[in-house]
Amino acid sequence: MKKNIALWIILILVFTAIPLFIKSNYLLGVLIVIGLYTIIVIGLGILMGYAGQMSLGHAAFFGMGGYTVAVLTTTYQWPTVPALIASLILPGLVAAIIGGPTLKLKELYLALATLAFGILVHILFNELKGVTGGPSGMSGIPYLSVGGLVFDRDIKFYYLVWATVLLVSLGVNNLINSRMGRALKAVRESEHASETSGIDTAGLKLQAFIFSAVLAGLAGGLYAYYVTFISPSPFGFHTSIQFVLMAVLGGLGTFWGPLLGAGLVVALGEVLRWAVPLVIPGAGGEYQIIFFGLILMLVMIIKPEGLGAVMNLFSKPSVEEVK
Amino acid sequence: MLLEISGLNKHFGGVTAVKDISFSVGEGEIFALIGPNGAGKTTVFNLITGMLEPDTGSMVFMGKPLQGMKTHRIAAMGLTRTFQNLQLFGNMSVLDNVMAGAHLKGKTGFLKSIARWPGSAAENKRIEKEALKLLAEVGLEGQAGLPAAALPFGQQRLLEIARSMASNPRLVLLDEPAAGLNSAETKTLAVYLKQLREQGKSMVLVEHDMDTVMEVADRIMVLNFGEALAEGTPEAIQANPKVIKAYLGEDDQVA
Repeated sequence: MKKNIALWIILILVFTAIPLFIKSNYLLGVLIVIGLYTIIVIGLGILMGYAGQMSLGHAAFFGMGGYTVAVLTTTYQWPTVPALIASLILPGLVAAIIGGPTLKLKELYLALATLAFGILVHILFNELKGVTGGPSGMSGIPYLSVGGLVFDRDIKFYYLVWATVLLVSLGVNNLINSRMGRALKAVRESEHASETSGIDTAGLKLQAFIFSAVLAGLAGGLYAYYVTFISPSPFGFHTSIQFVLMAVLGGLGTFWGPLLGAGLVVALGEVLRWAVPLVIPGAGGEYQIIFFGLILMLVMIIKPEGLGAVMNLFSKPSVEEVK
Repeated sequence: MLLEISGLNKHFGGVTAVKDISFSVGEGEIFALIGPNGAGKTTVFNLITGMLEPDTGSMVFMGKPLQGMKTHRIAAMGLTRTFQNLQLFGNMSVLDNVMAGAHLKGKTGFLKSIARWPGSAAENKRIEKEALKLLAEVGLEGQAGLPAAALPFGQQRLLEIARSMASNPRLVLLDEPAAGLNSAETKTLAVYLKQLREQGKSMVLVEHDMDTVMEVADRIMVLNFGEALAEGTPEAIQANPKVIKAYLGEDDQVA
């Protein structure tokens, strides 16, 4: 990754400079959402790409983070920073509790269990009206305020979100190049050999699951402070699917995958929302999924390792090329 | 005794895979398990390393019972293994394979890894140095940066043994380490196994290559249809009429 320091600096400069040129709050908003989703997909990438575990329920952790901030800051009048910290802890705790039995399942069964979990949590967001406000949601979430700094404008939030993306990326970069990162890759390659090497595979998968839930919770908490309103609709099954789509399109186990995947899916969603009604009058959001499906098929045919693998070509060759 | 196995039984449905097996392995000893395919040798390994639960019997390693323990806990006690169908971390580098094998020699956990906690880099360097030393012992230091899957088969076998040594175990179970090796590679392997014994390692060896077994084993147990047929020194086993019968068939059928 040392070779990529120049790339890091260029990217940091680009992301710092973007708001100087983009004055549109709409585009800034799109970039903020890409940043939030990148945080989630980084965590999902560790879970899927390294620990080799599927999750079709991560929108639930995203939503839990959001609702934690919403409930604590409005109903209980908590200060905003402790509420944000709580939005990391609660999804982490829930992941720790459900992860034990769930991660014992393999492949399709695990996918189904996480899918059911995601749907269950989404139903709870809708039905626990006394806590969550039900389908109409909760408004009046205050702006995030750290010391004297209030994140009340999109441009401030933009910098907050992308600084968080940078911090999370650095942390994950440390992780995958560490003893634990090696162990995670080993679990993906061979569970039997990992166990005989003394790696607690079940424990490590659980840690990766909790970590990914914490990151999704963090993104959810930030999302609540950004939108200042929360309702169940952004945390449904289709969002979970989108996260998986981002992770796979971007490339599992690649460093740039989450950013590329989140960027592509969000940008494409925006383009399709504008373009599809031009071709098919009266078409709704359901047409987007067709295009996402087509793109996913194309990527799987042309570059099954995902877009992030294209970036990796610059740093190190894959096994096939060494052979 | 380092490892004491007594009265071990394992059934799969109606099939008896392992029947009343007892043996023990001492410090610095190479103990070989031989027998035809399907004799239950790999099953014995799976039972000892906690990958299967025995029906009955006891397995004691360094005075502690192994029953009910997870494989990674058994590894932490100093008992590890290799696999007949190689289980390398194929997409990881040769060096990373051995470093992952040295997982137990590090302490840095998940959160400390993320924060690049002070001391974690030094720990990584130390593990890397030891891994390179192990690779040098099997002559793979020049291939350290290659993906493990890119190595020729013979070197993959050596790499798997080197990886199993990385946690500095007391006892290693080697499942057909010579399978698929050519005669030169087999000789290198035999030299390496004897070298490991000199370093004080104990080994249980499952192997079909009789030259290797007779050359390196201190004691041999012959299994046939899950049962122990004979046990003794290589010389005694070679002269044992029951063993000859099991391997070569009945005299009167030859005529």
